[in-house]
Amino acid sequence: MNFVVNILIGIVEEGLMYALLAMGMYITYSILDFPDLSVDGTFPLGAVLTGVLVLHGVNPWLCLLISFAAGMLAGTLTGLMNVKLKIIPLLCGIIMYTAMLSVNLVIIRTGTNGGAIASFFTKKTIFNSVPATIIPERIGGFYLRTVIISLILVIVCKVLVDLYLKTKNGLLLRATGDNEKYAVMLGKNPGSMKIFGLALGNGFAALAGSVIAQNKGSADQQMGIGMVVLGLASVIIGLSIFKRVKLLKGTTMVILGSLIYKASYQIVLELGLPTEWNNFIKAVIFLIALVIGGDQLHKLVRGLLKRPRKEGENVRAE
Amino acid sequence: MLELNNVSKVFNAGTVDENRLFEKFSLSVSEGEFVSVVGSNGSGKTTLLNIICGTLRPDSGKVLFGGTDITYAPEYKRAKRIGRVLQDPKMGTCGSLSILENMALAENKNKRYSLGRAVNRQREEHFRSLLETCGMGLENRLGVLAGSLSGGQRQALALIIATMTDIDLLILDEHTAALDPKSSETLMKITQRVVTEKKLTTLMVTHNLRFAVDYGTRLIMMHSGSAVMDIDGERKQELHIDDILGKFNEISIECGN
Repeated sequence: MNFVVNILIGIVEEGLMYALLAMGMYITYSILDFPDLSVDGTFPLGAVLTGVLVLHGVNPWLCLLISFAAGMLAGTLTGLMNVKLKIIPLLCGIIMYTAMLSVNLVIIRTGTNGGAIASFFTKKTIFNSVPATIIPERIGGFYLRTVIISLILVIVCKVLVDLYLKTKNGLLLRATGDNEKYAVMLGKNPGSMKIFGLALGNGFAALAGSVIAQNKGSADQQMGIGMVVLGLASVIIGLSIFKRVKLLKGTTMVILGSLIYKASYQIVLELGLPTEWNNFIKAVIFLIALVIGGDQLHKLVRGLLKRPRKEGENVRAE
Repeated sequence: MLELNNVSKVFNAGTVDENRLFEKFSLSVSEGEFVSVVGSNGSGKTTLLNIICGTLRPDSGKVLFGGTDITYAPEYKRAKRIGRVLQDPKMGTCGSLSILENMALAENKNKRYSLGRAVNRQREEHFRSLLETCGMGLENRLGVLAGSLSGGQRQALALIIATMTDIDLLILDEHTAALDPKSSETLMKITQRVVTEKKLTTLMVTHNLRFAVDYGTRLIMMHSGSAVMDIDGERKQELHIDDILGKFNEISIECGN
């Protein structure tokens, strides 16, 4: 019995942490209609930055903020490529991800005197220092502190995103993703909103990287592998399963999606599949999500290949 | 108020499909005019509007708006002073936002899109009164998603949204074309009322000759990039559809439709 509960706790723990990534991808993919592949590079950016900074004694909570800011910066670059250089989202993501491979490696090499991994098991993280220590380590015999902190983090982020989406700026972001022409007609440059949305999305990806690195106690470049697939699968699973549930916000749906994703992943591993198959499982779950997701596949493909609009561009005479 | 000076536009330049749509085309619209533009397919009606709004750039020539040269101004900057309703009802509103949210967003046009709350309950009354004038019952459905409205309702909302803030020019790009005859009729009546009430300078492209004759203070018929007919003042008031039908058929047959 305890064995099952511990597995469940593990699923909820990780599901909540990855929900931060899913929330970012919800903003870029679902709201902005820009499936962003750069998270494979910005998720480990948050992780390695945190690893290096924690090793140098920076406050772990501050690391969350720094990671978020770094992610936003990277997302801004993805957005600029799309808006200014008119590169389709698919290529923006590939270019950004490839470039980040080096950036992340440089960060980790510089911070660890040439190492390829930042290990900080003995250092203070958000899970084992004040104020987390207010929560007892074990509740009723179970290690629940990590779950509780992750839950608080996810709820805070979710509420902030929900509030933002109701502001004037948030409404404009939603309008830009839905109908770019409408934003133009409101006298606003849709390009600026796109850049901001991508910054936000990658901010959350890097934040997720930071949290997960702190939970693991180590960070490396490899952590980014499969994050696009994981994030998109969570979003698509959440949105397609709960789309008919009234009053449930999109952010809640993707958090639930992330939990369902993690549960299915864990179940396959528990059935005895060796861990080296983990990326294979990720791919298969993503494939299943696309199949059950209905028109999400169409939205994804269209979004990836969407040609940015050029100002004053020649179109056929009507 | 609005002036096009010697505007030229070539599509697919240098290919077998080359189409010299406009060659030194000029047009001047004075303040308060309601211009109806008709013409055969491919005559350049929509291209004309796209050049004015900045969706397209002319190859040469100038576009002057209120005395300022806007030939190279980006589309979104021109939009600050121009209201637009397009043919596709999906384009003039945001389908995933409610009527209320759409209106709150539009009311904020030309102001900062800050982190303040978008929807202000106190403005609901004002929005309701605007919607009431459409006579479609939209005023009781503020919370409904714009995407769930019918084409006619959505265009009426798009029109209200386009004219909500202070604008100098209203552009109607075949805004009734996607609607059934009855909804088109209703939308034209709403259009007339809004234009008169706000004394808006208006440029309306339409396929409906009767609308062009019945509404507006000036009528322009376009054919292969030039105005083959331009009637205003008293002559426009007395104009009858039969007066222009002959000419219209002539140019339509010429381009095979």
